[in-house]
Amino acid sequence: MTDQQQADLRHDEVQAGTTTGLASPSVDVTSDRQNSLWSDAWAYLKRSVFFWIGAVLTLLFIVMAVFPQLFARGQDPRACDLANSKARPSADHWFGYDVQGCDYMSNVVYGARNSLIIGIFAVLVVLVLGVVVGAIAGYFGGVTDGVLSRIADIFYALPLILGALVLLRVGPQTDIPIINSRGPGAVALALALFGWMTAMRLVRSQVIAVKSSDYVAAARAMGASNSRILVRHILPNAVAPVLVYTTITIGVLIAAEATLTYLGVGLQRPAFSWGLQIEAGQDSIRSAPHLVLFPSIVLTLTVMAFIMMGDALRDALDPRQRA
Amino acid sequence: MTLPQTTTAAGVPAPGTPLLEVDDLHVEFRQRSGVVHAVNGVSYELAAGQTLAILGESGSGKSVSAQAIMGILDTPPAVIRGGIRFEGRDLLTMSAEDQRKIRGPGISMIFQDALSSLNPVYSVGWQIGEMFRVHRGASRKEAKRKAVELMDRVRIPAAARRVDDYPHQFSGGMRQRVMIAMAIALDPRILIADEPTTALDVTVQAQVMDLLKDLQRETGMGLILITHDLGVVNEVADDVAVMYAGRIVERGTVDDVFTDAAHPYTDGLMKSVPQVEAKGGRLQPITGQPPNLAAIPGGCPFHPRCSHRRLGAAAAPGRECATDVPPLRLVAPGREAACHYSEEVLGV
Repeated sequence: MTDQQQADLRHDEVQAGTTTGLASPSVDVTSDRQNSLWSDAWAYLKRSVFFWIGAVLTLLFIVMAVFPQLFARGQDPRACDLANSKARPSADHWFGYDVQGCDYMSNVVYGARNSLIIGIFAVLVVLVLGVVVGAIAGYFGGVTDGVLSRIADIFYALPLILGALVLLRVGPQTDIPIINSRGPGAVALALALFGWMTAMRLVRSQVIAVKSSDYVAAARAMGASNSRILVRHILPNAVAPVLVYTTITIGVLIAAEATLTYLGVGLQRPAFSWGLQIEAGQDSIRSAPHLVLFPSIVLTLTVMAFIMMGDALRDALDPRQRA
Repeated sequence: MTLPQTTTAAGVPAPGTPLLEVDDLHVEFRQRSGVVHAVNGVSYELAAGQTLAILGESGSGKSVSAQAIMGILDTPPAVIRGGIRFEGRDLLTMSAEDQRKIRGPGISMIFQDALSSLNPVYSVGWQIGEMFRVHRGASRKEAKRKAVELMDRVRIPAAARRVDDYPHQFSGGMRQRVMIAMAIALDPRILIADEPTTALDVTVQAQVMDLLKDLQRETGMGLILITHDLGVVNEVADDVAVMYAGRIVERGTVDDVFTDAAHPYTDGLMKSVPQVEAKGGRLQPITGQPPNLAAIPGGCPFHPRCSHRRLGAAAAPGRECATDVPPLRLVAPGREAACHYSEEVLGV
């Protein structure tokens, strides 16, 4: 309503002695800018206890990965004495010693870097591939969906470990960056390339369900473009299951690295990783259970931290879940 | 499409051109089991400030024809033929991008179920404001101010306080008002309301219809009201088009059609509604079922259910109800009906 119309209406109302409410909009209270989905979600996250527990734990592990010496209590993970082989935890050496007689706590602390790189990098690739491919397949349907879904089926037919095994075996002879390194990046990429399909299917099915909803038709009727509908209207309603799935998958991927090591294609000693430590500890689980216990505890804590953050984020993105 | 309302909001489109012209519109859905003929040659015009009610039961093609105008049918499976001209420009031959720009400032739509038509993850203010961000490139602050203004305009109490609330925190009637606020945000020339009050209870229905009427008076927009509710049509509309099996079977002013129907189907509809004068009497339902749109009966699609039908030798030449399709023809001044024997029906 223009000012002129407004004034006219007010004049009419005075003449007729009526009030429609149309002539007096109350716009005075709205000085702040419009809340977006993310600013509302952040306001919720800030008040979520689980989010903060998860965030603090994650931050702790990230600091541990970047500056392991801060957490190793002055021990060198490579200074080993076979006389201490498999010694139990003590006041000086909280996590005890491993088979080689190395301080186990510093080993576990130094393992954070490789394990986190593998877990986080792999899960990010899974998330990005899953969301992008799944959203495109679900939204456009038809031939596009057919082609993308069959590609996913082909990857499903290859077992994760077998696919990663072949890729990591052949990788070093190629000149593709990351893949040819045999480092944690190559392991992460190998695991992600053969593990993104479930995320893709989750996103695809959600997008198909949300696509036919009335509010998407309404958005289209209001003149929103395809990309706006997909990114603003469909994805926020479709990401919840895949967020939960990927946070759990972080742990699975960190553990899968151990299997690759066992098969001789993953990280190799003297590299440090929780997967390597759990793998090595299994041989002596009866005589020295602490060798499996400690890396398992930190792995569990890491996974838990991500699950807590993922759960909180999922709730934050759904206004109906917010109190 | 920058600020189209400055040139058109005064309610004067180019002289002689109707706001909306639907010309022999056909919509089919090609499915593996066969072709569903949802809309079969619908034509009408809408002028600024006019309210046209499209009346019909479920499956009569009234919603599909609106969705075709809105351009929100997926093609395929839908196949659309005919002409839909908005201010003289054919929407069906226009590029998708040009069409998108008309949705919102040119034509906009209110859906039946406001809860499922609002995105659950965004505040209502964000969704109303989205119209300004998409079409006008408004800033967030500007969009929010506009959203509050609109919520005030559709008489949502305490708009400034409720602008950050989510759809599930509103009652049914308030949600429909939010929907209306979104639809009228850019002062559209045409508003299509697809059963806007069906999901609401009776008192709220009346408020929402009053609101729509007021808004129309204020902006001079053309209003297409799709409904199966005879009471709503009677209260709000100027003209009515009755649809059956994807065709318009009768058209005229609401007063004329409601006083004396010219098509047996309209007549049946009127008799199937309770009326105060006929208190205590029995209602007369229309016998039979609406036709399957994948297999519409030959001749007049209504003939299997019609009490006025004439078959075989009883029919006048060229007016056999089961074989000859009755065209929509002028039966009285300002009135059209698609029945071979409208004159008889009118007399009843």
